[in-house]
Amino acid sequence: MPPGITTLAADTPTLSAANTGFMLICTALVMLMTPALAFFYGGMVRVKSTLNMLMMSFISLGIVTILWVLYGFSVAFGTDSGGVVGWSGDYVGLSGIGITELWDGYTIPVYVFAAFQLMFAVLTPALISGALADRVKFTAWALFIALWVTIVYFPVAHWVWGAGGWLFEMGVIDFAGGTAVHINAGAAALGVILVIGKRVGFKKDPMRPHSLPLVMLGAGLLWFGWFGFNAGSWLGNDDGVGAVMFLNTQVATAAAMVAWLAYEKIRHGAFTTLGAASGAVAGLVAITPAGGSCSPLGAIAIGAVAGLLCAMAVGLKYKFGYDDSLDVVGVHLVGGVVGSLLVGFFATGGVQSDAKGLFYGGGLDQLGKQATGVFAVLAYSLIVSAVLAFALDKTMGMRVPEDDEVSGIDQVEHAETAYDFSGAGGGTGSRKAQPAAVAAHTAAGPAAAETKNTKVDA
Amino acid sequence: MKLITAVVKPHRLDEIKEALQAFGVQGLTVTEASGYGRQRGHTEVYRGAEYTVDLVPKIRIEVLVEDEDAEQLIELVVKAARTGKIGDGKVWSVPVDTAVRVRTGERGPDAL
Repeated sequence: MPPGITTLAADTPTLSAANTGFMLICTALVMLMTPALAFFYGGMVRVKSTLNMLMMSFISLGIVTILWVLYGFSVAFGTDSGGVVGWSGDYVGLSGIGITELWDGYTIPVYVFAAFQLMFAVLTPALISGALADRVKFTAWALFIALWVTIVYFPVAHWVWGAGGWLFEMGVIDFAGGTAVHINAGAAALGVILVIGKRVGFKKDPMRPHSLPLVMLGAGLLWFGWFGFNAGSWLGNDDGVGAVMFLNTQVATAAAMVAWLAYEKIRHGAFTTLGAASGAVAGLVAITPAGGSCSPLGAIAIGAVAGLLCAMAVGLKYKFGYDDSLDVVGVHLVGGVVGSLLVGFFATGGVQSDAKGLFYGGGLDQLGKQATGVFAVLAYSLIVSAVLAFALDKTMGMRVPEDDEVSGIDQVEHAETAYDFSGAGGGTGSRKAQPAAVAAHTAAGPAAAETKNTKVDA
Repeated sequence: MKLITAVVKPHRLDEIKEALQAFGVQGLTVTEASGYGRQRGHTEVYRGAEYTVDLVPKIRIEVLVEDEDAEQLIELVVKAARTGKIGDGKVWSVPVDTAVRVRTGERGPDAL
C-alpha cells in the first residue's frame, strides 16, 4: 500500500471508472488465490486428508468474509487509535458508507477498497493451514481463524497499511503484504505447530504429495491471482507504479523458480515439479513487499535470493524437529522476511516512494525500518498465535484423536473421500435410504425376486 | 487343473498375452499390483526430503489351465516376461480343486 498517493490532476480525486473496474478485476483475482492455495496444499498431502486440506482454506472464505463486514474493515482501516488499531462506526457492518464515497485520497469507492482488502484477510489465515495438515479438528480450526483474524490480522493490517498505523507512519515499505500477509501467516504457523506438535509418523513415515499435478495447478493459479494481489495494491493506474509491480511480480517469480530448481538439481540430483511450484511461490512471496520499489533487475536478484534461501529453509524442519507440514514457515515466513529486508537494499527511490536502499546510496535507514517491521510482525504473530492455539488446545482440543489422524481426517471430519477410482464403486453400499422405499421393497420382496429369476431363466 | 500366477513387469503384459493366446489360452485375469523382491525400490525427493519407495509397480496375471498344459505355459510366460534385468518377477502355479463357469454351470476343465 502506497504512502501518499500522487493524484495527477486536482487536489480532490474523483471517481475513476477505469481504476474502479481494474480494482474489481484485481479483487476477483485475489479471491481466486484462496481456492488456488487450497489446491496447492491439497495436492501436497496424502490422499486421506485431501478434503480437509481443501476445506481449511475454503472455510476462510466463509468466516473471514462475514467478520470483515461486521468489524474487520473497521479495525484495520478505521480511524487510528495510538497507531495500533482502527475503529470507525461507519465501517461497522459496512453500513455507513455511501456507494460513491471515495477511499480517502484515491479514485475508487470505499466499497471497492473494502472488497479488495477483504480478499487479503481471507487468504492470510488460509496460508497458515498448510503447516497444520492432517491433524486439526475442523471446529477448532474454524474458531482459530475467527479469533486469529480478530486479534492478529486486522490489527496488523492496520499497523502496516492503515492511516496512522505505527509501521505505516514509520515508513516501512510493504507494497502488498510481505509483513502483513506472509510473515504474519508464517509466524502464526510456527507458533501453532510448536503448541500442537507433529503429525503421527513425522520423519518416520513417507509423507509424499498425493497429486503433484494438483500442486502445479494451484501454483499456476496462485501466480495468476497474484497479479491482482500485487498490481492491485496500488489501487489505481494513474502513475505507472502498479504496472512496474505487475512486471516485477513476473520477473521475481521466474527467477525464484529457476533458482530453486538449480539448487535442488545440484543438491538432490533432480528438477522436481514440487520444486518448481515451491520456487514460484517463494518468488511471489518475496516480491510482494518489494516489487513497488525495485527495478526489474532488482526483482531478478530478490527472486533468486528468495528461491535459494527458501529451498534451503524447507529442510530445517527435519533438523529442528518441528512439523511445518507443507512448509508455510520455510516458504512464507522465510520468503516474506527475505523480500521485506531486501527492500532495504534494492529500493531505487524512483518508483513507489523516494526511499532508497543500501545499493542505491540510501544507507542503512530503510533497511532499519524494514527490519523493525519484520521483527514486530513476526514476534507479535508468533506469540499471540501460540497463546491462542494453547488456549484452544486446553479447552476444546486442537487435534483429532490419533486413531482418526492415522486412518484419515477426511472421513472423520467431513464424512467424504476425495477420490473413487474403483470400478466397483469403492465398496460403497446402497444409499442410507428413505424408510418408505425400504418398506415397499421388503413388502414386495420375495415375490418380486421370484418373478425376476423366472424371467432370466426363460 | 492348475492356477498359474505371474507377477511381472507391467510392460511385458502384451508379450505374455500374445504368447498365451498363440497357445490357445482363452482367458486370463490381470490386476495391478505392487511389491518388491531383491530389486527393492527407488528413491524420490520432495523438497529435499528423500523417500525410499519400496513398492514397485507390477502386474499380476492369473490364468487357469489344465494340468498337462501347465509346465509348457509356465515356460511360455517366463520367456515372454524375461528382460534379463533385476525385477523381472516370479511365476508359480498351484493345484486347483474346482472351477465353475458361472453362466452355464459347467465344471472342471470344461469351465476353462
